[in-house]
Amino acid sequence: MTRTRLFRSRSFEEKEEEEEQQQHYSKHNITTSTGMRVIVPLQGVVQGRGGLFLGSVIPCALFYFFQLYLKRHRSEPKSPPPQPPPENSEGQLAEVSVSVLPRSLSRVHISPRSPGGPAYVSGRANSIVKGGDSPHDVGLRKALEDPYHQSGNPDGVIQLGLAENKLSLDLVGEWLAKNAIFGEELSIGGIASYQPFDGLMELKVAVAGFMSQVMKKSVFFNPSQIILTAGANPAIEMLSFCLADTGNAFLVPTPYYPCSDRDVKWRTGVEIIPVPCRSADNFRLSITALDRAFNQAKKRGTKVRGIIISNPSNPVGSLLDRETLYSLLDFAREKNIHIVSNELFAGSTHGNEEFVSMAEIIDLEDLDRNRVHIVYGLSKDLSLPGFRVGIIYSFNDNVLAAAKKLTRFSSISALSQRLLVFMLSDSNFIQQFIEINRERLRRMYIKFVAGLKQLGIECIKSHGGFYCWADMRGYIPSYSEKGELELWDKLLNIAKVNVTPGSCCHCIEPGWFRFCFTTLTEKDIPVVMDRIRKITETCKSHS
Amino acid sequence: MTRPRPRPRTPESESETRNPTGGGATAMRLIVPLQGVVQGRGGLILGSLIPCALFYFFQLYLKRHRSPKPGSNPTSPSQSSSNLPDLQRSSSRSNLSSRGSIGPVQVSSRASSIARPNDSPYYIGLDRVSEDPYHRLDNPNGIIQLGLSENRLCFDLIEKWLSENTKDSVMGRDGGDLSISGIAPYQPSDGLVEFKVAMADFMSQVMGRAVSFDPSQMVLTAGATPALEILCFCLADPGNAFLVPTPYYPGFDRDMKWRTGVELIPVHCRSTDNFIISITALDQAFNQTRKRGIKVRGILISNPSNPVGNLLPRETLYNLLDFAREKNIHIVSDEIFAGSMYGSEEFVSMAEILDMEDIDKNRIHIVYGLSKDLALPGFRVGVIYSFNESVLVAAKKLTRFSSISAPTQRLLISMVSDTRFIQEYIETNKKRIREMHDLFVEGLKQLGIKCAQSCAGLYCWADMSGLISSYSEKGELELWDKLLNIAKINVTPGSACHCIEPGWFRCCFTTLSQEDVVIVIERIRKVAETCKILS
Repeated sequence: MTRTRLFRSRSFEEKEEEEEQQQHYSKHNITTSTGMRVIVPLQGVVQGRGGLFLGSVIPCALFYFFQLYLKRHRSEPKSPPPQPPPENSEGQLAEVSVSVLPRSLSRVHISPRSPGGPAYVSGRANSIVKGGDSPHDVGLRKALEDPYHQSGNPDGVIQLGLAENKLSLDLVGEWLAKNAIFGEELSIGGIASYQPFDGLMELKVAVAGFMSQVMKKSVFFNPSQIILTAGANPAIEMLSFCLADTGNAFLVPTPYYPCSDRDVKWRTGVEIIPVPCRSADNFRLSITALDRAFNQAKKRGTKVRGIIISNPSNPVGSLLDRETLYSLLDFAREKNIHIVSNELFAGSTHGNEEFVSMAEIIDLEDLDRNRVHIVYGLSKDLSLPGFRVGIIYSFNDNVLAAAKKLTRFSSISALSQRLLVFMLSDSNFIQQFIEINRERLRRMYIKFVAGLKQLGIECIKSHGGFYCWADMRGYIPSYSEKGELELWDKLLNIAKVNVTPGSCCHCIEPGWFRFCFTTLTEKDIPVVMDRIRKITETCKSHS
Repeated sequence: MTRPRPRPRTPESESETRNPTGGGATAMRLIVPLQGVVQGRGGLILGSLIPCALFYFFQLYLKRHRSPKPGSNPTSPSQSSSNLPDLQRSSSRSNLSSRGSIGPVQVSSRASSIARPNDSPYYIGLDRVSEDPYHRLDNPNGIIQLGLSENRLCFDLIEKWLSENTKDSVMGRDGGDLSISGIAPYQPSDGLVEFKVAMADFMSQVMGRAVSFDPSQMVLTAGATPALEILCFCLADPGNAFLVPTPYYPGFDRDMKWRTGVELIPVHCRSTDNFIISITALDQAFNQTRKRGIKVRGILISNPSNPVGNLLPRETLYNLLDFAREKNIHIVSDEIFAGSMYGSEEFVSMAEILDMEDIDKNRIHIVYGLSKDLALPGFRVGVIYSFNESVLVAAKKLTRFSSISAPTQRLLISMVSDTRFIQEYIETNKKRIREMHDLFVEGLKQLGIKCAQSCAGLYCWADMSGLISSYSEKGELELWDKLLNIAKINVTPGSACHCIEPGWFRCCFTTLSQEDVVIVIERIRKVAETCKILS
């Protein structure tokens, strides 16, 4: 309609140019239109007759099927193994099963449609099987296979990669030997039968007391807000399950504890967005960096559900001061996200600086608390990692309810719980243990850092934890992750010292290493220093 | 360019007719993109781009507004009401941040669906009992627990052993100094090797030495529940499914589905077959599921069956294996009651079948634990026994989230390796379960309630379809409600086990003493009589 009128109006035009163009256009238009009339639907699109409808329906349909196609084919790559045929899906497994398959008996041939290939393993299992070997794991394994022993295996690998405290084990051993809590005091009904999955109330009360004792009575912990899990790893995983959905993310300041990746990401499908901290700021967390990471993630379409901090920091050993905690809370409130504060090392401080728990801040101010969750455990501060006791302390009723139900997958043996109730209730012993342990930790720290200093290696000043964060930038052959790993390799294989390279902690600057010194005795320190010296000397002469 | 210029004004009449079109064109020119759609010039590109864009934004909009829906709870009134008092009290500091969002912070949608209160009668019953448990002297009007499969018949034996041996086994015989290093520091998260060896031997002893188990194929977890979940994580991806013959243990729904995102497809068994699974039904379910576009990754069976208490015959096991091979899927065999036998029938483990035939084993995974056969659910010991290398490697790594406390392992090593004690225990335990079973079933029989043929487990599967007011799930739940609230007995209704026939109930009798049985039967009688009068 409109068009014919347009033509008519133009025919009145005198200008030749215009007419030529017009004719050309209309001729072209007519020829194409007859050709197109055959392909009815496309005609609408091209010619515009009824074009509004068809011109939108057809591309929409195309686009829809295209999206469908993409969707089908996009979800697979993330978990490649399930679909593609066995040879790629199974990796090592194929080799194993192949040796089994040829031997298969007649029975196999009975079922005619037997596909013969090995049974598929899930995509997530495969990625766990394959993606296992960071330098952190390699080092731990090496140290486990060939452990150093002063007299038994003097050429073995010295373990400085595992955050474990053996300085005060003798105290725990003595207590266990002295206190005949086994036998009559244990009633069979209290240990053998089903107990609440989220921990015995008695132990929750005892743990709440221990936590506040460790934090110098500055905070009171409410036992009803405690969930006990079989170690701190499941505590973190459970929080990750409860706070974020698949595809959501947590902001985590780097350098961070190497296993966070497993605890937060493996089964939950949640992402970690590293927020780099720098040596220039003493690896202190800056809200600006957090904000930038948050906005970038938002631009990418990823929902950020929270921040995970470790305080005292693992691996750096620094403490977050009160002001930073307040700003973190403000930031979390502004963005309406959670804060998971990992305070596993709260009782293992050795400096003069005061440790401030997130719980203390919440206690003082009456802020909206239900975004704050604290992770604690007895692995570090009571040096009992073998007992597998982790703690979720949350102010959020929904999280508590969900976590309580999820503890069916990760609860602590009732026997060990009873044992710990007895131990933690002995407040004299606990007080003594905390003090002696701190003193031993401090001595060890001072000696170890002094030893490194003599070699010319400086450490970030730390106030808590079992480790120091050493600057070996001067000894790496090239200022890159590769250089760092070369040095790590030398330390492990030539010097036979297993340390954790910064890249495992996602540190953005190469050349930093975490040394855990609490598995050593004081006699071992000179041995360690001698071994490191050998490497540092050769490295210096190279450069 | 090519468009008409509104120049020709000479013929007045024309200008009037022209003006609207010219004006229309200029107007169109402003809305450039729409012109293409309407006029068709350059329509191919614009006419497809624009709707596409529109469609895309529409989809985006939908997506944004759809995702919070399944987990709408976090912001729903139920939660915000509990947070409201907190929010109102917020102090000055929160007012400092100008953009402070006031709404409560969101919990993940999976957490809010998990946190939702239980609606399954199985869990409601368990909760009720824990609030008001029966005690002969202290609370004679309390609820008697027949819903939890726990075995207390042999506590005396275990207690005696513990009182004699606990200290030595945890701390070692030569005092604490050396052995503290065996329990306090980090241990392998998938269990101590010594414990695996002891467990392998225990399992083979329990199964009458018909099979031997290889400790290196074993992964230990903190209970059979995480063992099942870990297997589920390893064998299936979110959206995949397992076939499960019904009636099945109500906990499977949590263990297999909650965090893994895996589905369970019930495959119905009927009382006429004594609830033994038929391959035809399996095949049908498999095909139906496939038609729905869902990938089936395996079959989950419990043998001895929980709740029915029957055993899978050797031939069925072979057929299951053939079926699994044909479809190339896994078999997870939950054999947690393998040692709690009281019938004369012989228990055949999936491991035994595999031992004898040399078939492709890597699709077979067995779950075991000490909660039932050694009556130690509080110790939280589960076992994954798998023939699949990849599954073992992945499961080993996943035990970081569910490992057993070291002192408990040390204690159990010596308990389980004490062959004489174990032998005596297994025999006494079987004898006592049998006595209890006979007594209980006889009591029910006198009330006219028959039980399905069973020979293992801590429970019987009772047919109360004669007592239900209507032959439906509703009728069954009414009876269950009466039993719980009037008779004060907590049993598990068949519908909680996804049983397709209404009127079946699981009654666990191993938490009772013999005197209790009389009381239980008496309580059931009251309800049964009123039901009969009504009908």
